[in-house]
Amino acid sequence: MAHQSELIEKDILAYLKSQEEKSLLRFITCGSVDDGKSTLIGRLLWDSKMVFEDQLAALEADSKKVGTQGGAIDYALLLDGLQAEREQGITIDVAYRFFSTDRRKFIVADTPGHEQYTRNMVTGASTAKVAVILVDARKGLLTQTRRHSFLVSLVGIKHIVLAINKMDLIGYDQEKFNAIEADYREFAAPLGFTSITALPISALNGDNIIEKSSETPWYQGPPLLNFLETVQVEDDRDEQPFRLPVQWVNRPNLDFRGFCGTVASGTVRPGDEIRVASSGQTSKVARIVTFNGDLEEAVAGQAITLTLEDEIDISRGDMLTRPEAPPLYTRHPEAHLVWMHDEPLQPGQLYLVKTATGVTPGRVTAVQYAVDVNTLEQKQVTTLGLNEIGLARIELDRPVSFDPYGANRDTGSFILIDRFTNATVAAGMVLNAPDESQRAHLSAGESNPWAPRLITLDAVAATNLNLVDLTEEKGLFILDLAQSIHDYLGKGNRILIRLRDLSQLEPVAQLAYDNELAFEFDRNGDGVSILLFKRGTTPLKGYGDDGTGI
Amino acid sequence: MKKNLTHLQQLEAESIHIIREVVAEFDNPVMLYSIGKDSAVMLHLARKAFYPAPPPFPLLHVDTTWKFRDMIEFRGRMAQESGMELLVHVNEDGVKKGVSPFTHGSALYTDVMKTEGLKQALDKYKFDAAFGGARRDEEKSRAKERIFSFRSANHRWDPKNQRPELWSLYNTRVKPGESIRVFPLSNWTELDIWQYIHLEEIPIVPLYYAAVRPVVERDGMLIMVDDDRLELKPGEQVEYKSVRFRTLGCYPLTGAVESEADTLPEIIQEMLLTRTSERQGRLIDHDQAGSMEKKKQEGYF
Repeated sequence: MAHQSELIEKDILAYLKSQEEKSLLRFITCGSVDDGKSTLIGRLLWDSKMVFEDQLAALEADSKKVGTQGGAIDYALLLDGLQAEREQGITIDVAYRFFSTDRRKFIVADTPGHEQYTRNMVTGASTAKVAVILVDARKGLLTQTRRHSFLVSLVGIKHIVLAINKMDLIGYDQEKFNAIEADYREFAAPLGFTSITALPISALNGDNIIEKSSETPWYQGPPLLNFLETVQVEDDRDEQPFRLPVQWVNRPNLDFRGFCGTVASGTVRPGDEIRVASSGQTSKVARIVTFNGDLEEAVAGQAITLTLEDEIDISRGDMLTRPEAPPLYTRHPEAHLVWMHDEPLQPGQLYLVKTATGVTPGRVTAVQYAVDVNTLEQKQVTTLGLNEIGLARIELDRPVSFDPYGANRDTGSFILIDRFTNATVAAGMVLNAPDESQRAHLSAGESNPWAPRLITLDAVAATNLNLVDLTEEKGLFILDLAQSIHDYLGKGNRILIRLRDLSQLEPVAQLAYDNELAFEFDRNGDGVSILLFKRGTTPLKGYGDDGTGI
Repeated sequence: MKKNLTHLQQLEAESIHIIREVVAEFDNPVMLYSIGKDSAVMLHLARKAFYPAPPPFPLLHVDTTWKFRDMIEFRGRMAQESGMELLVHVNEDGVKKGVSPFTHGSALYTDVMKTEGLKQALDKYKFDAAFGGARRDEEKSRAKERIFSFRSANHRWDPKNQRPELWSLYNTRVKPGESIRVFPLSNWTELDIWQYIHLEEIPIVPLYYAAVRPVVERDGMLIMVDDDRLELKPGEQVEYKSVRFRTLGCYPLTGAVESEADTLPEIIQEMLLTRTSERQGRLIDHDQAGSMEKKKQEGYF
């Protein structure tokens, strides 16, 4: 591992000092099995001297036994960790690799390119700041190049390296390189990347990986490693409003109450005013407590413990913010969902929603549309299957603090967990929280200002919506039930009706009476909720113990 | 002015976040404490996460009865200093059957005294989460392991059926009997560990520093004669050499390296200039190709 061998040998203390200021870059590599992705990463590890002699000996032996380079060193074998993968000759999951130079430590998320593994790419990209997208110079842009680019843009990556590989096989042809780059820039324009950097490389020969290649005198940019060492990805997290999701309340004795969490954005100093997102209560920061002494300031990314000047009620799940810039605080986020499980999304079924502030039960009330990752076209769907991506409306059992994902990856993301299998079934990225009034799914009769309005509950089963919001109804109304909803309830499904106050209860009771339905009543923060159902029917899976508190 | 966190500050923050998340979400967590340098860093991070309180979980050491004496002494000292409860578990069945690295070979010995011992302890105390100090850079099969790694009720790891892990949102859900192994140091490398020990002045077992110690050469490794249970084979001779250890485990299975490095900077210097990886000093990884992956599926840490 020869970094600065000379300095290490002569003055180790000076070397260690110089290493203390290193930064960290996480990036993801995207490409198919044949693009030479594993070879590229193997090469980076190799050339940055992260391979030891004993590993080299094993690599040489493996290259002879299972290598694809005719007995020559097969760098890809440095990476393929699991035995099953080796035998199949493909990488089947997300793997993380590490290497470092004198300027930066790198964490590489290595993910496969097959369509069925969209979920792995999204997983690997979720923590990355840069994506290296590999293209085979002979083939140019493929469907999967577009797919990968869309996925990394969805997950919020802003910097793209277009690594046009196997340049040796097209004779280092500048025109072909330029054509591929131009194609890509045109395709990627709507994806909103901050930077796109195209490089002509050969992972196998090492061209423009560590050193500039003599084969591409026409290429003026830096080699890949140098680019990765210097690319500026530091976002503006520090300039954004302060956010601290409270992870844990540290209460060792009556005299100390510390609020622990990782600063998601902004900075904080003793004396700063803060606000609790759920209650709206405010206080001032007293101390920022650490093992190594109190801090004068904490910045985004630090895991800290705050004490406050006042005793206010704060627990895990709360978010501390600057008073003048509160986050969304909503039960109804609208979000992109990436479905990650074999069993498709069941709209209406209760899942556990894990966010930066904890776990809240919730359901997907509607899938607005799905996106075809190959064409980027939207299509109408009612559910999402494995590796499908769509825009969905979520209903949570209680309000949760969010920011739009585009503004903050940490406070704008969530995962969905199946309550029965505990599997992680989806990844979510919050877009916004639409106005409540858009959420009633009703068909209104002719309006007559003197008579109660007739509202027919319909289309619920057809679209898998099971929420009726009547809080915006100003006047009197009566309710009727469409046959489809009658059938829907007959199968054990339930419908949640939200009322503004008790004055709206009578028409609901009348509806239940007329249709021999039962209901459960719950008063909550912003009104009244009624869960309407048919007695004597067994609820479908997912409703047996739905924990809605209704 | 914009202040960017250094790589060690970022790694530290990530680890503290992970440790706090476990305490917030699990009923009965434990920290597996192997007494080595990675455990030292993990313990230090736990103390930072909950300061000024001590970490709200016990330390568990699965003692094979063949650890270096220096390690055992250090173990007691660190438990006391951190104010944490120390649980020590020994597989008494193995002891009764006389399982030792000399009589049963390293593979069976490790399986009985370490893997079985660990499972017994986890079952006995019904821990639902166990912190381990493993790093992804140590070994290829670890590169794909999650930070929160699910284990079935019989402690098995299924590499093909891992939960996807996104952002810093960890799925901590388990059913009764199931558990999660949590690896807060997943993204640290050996160099990061040493740099952090240096920067934070974290205490480590003296065996990491070079000193003159009694050793015998066996199977190409220098084995330290730590007590009189090490029986010399014909032709073997105890020599006194200046040696240190890059990794610590059971003394009959852990090879020493000849070295004069008796300060931390010198150790780091030696590590940076060396040409072999740290696991080379461990007998168990050499047994067969893919050996670590097999052991992990069976419940080894």
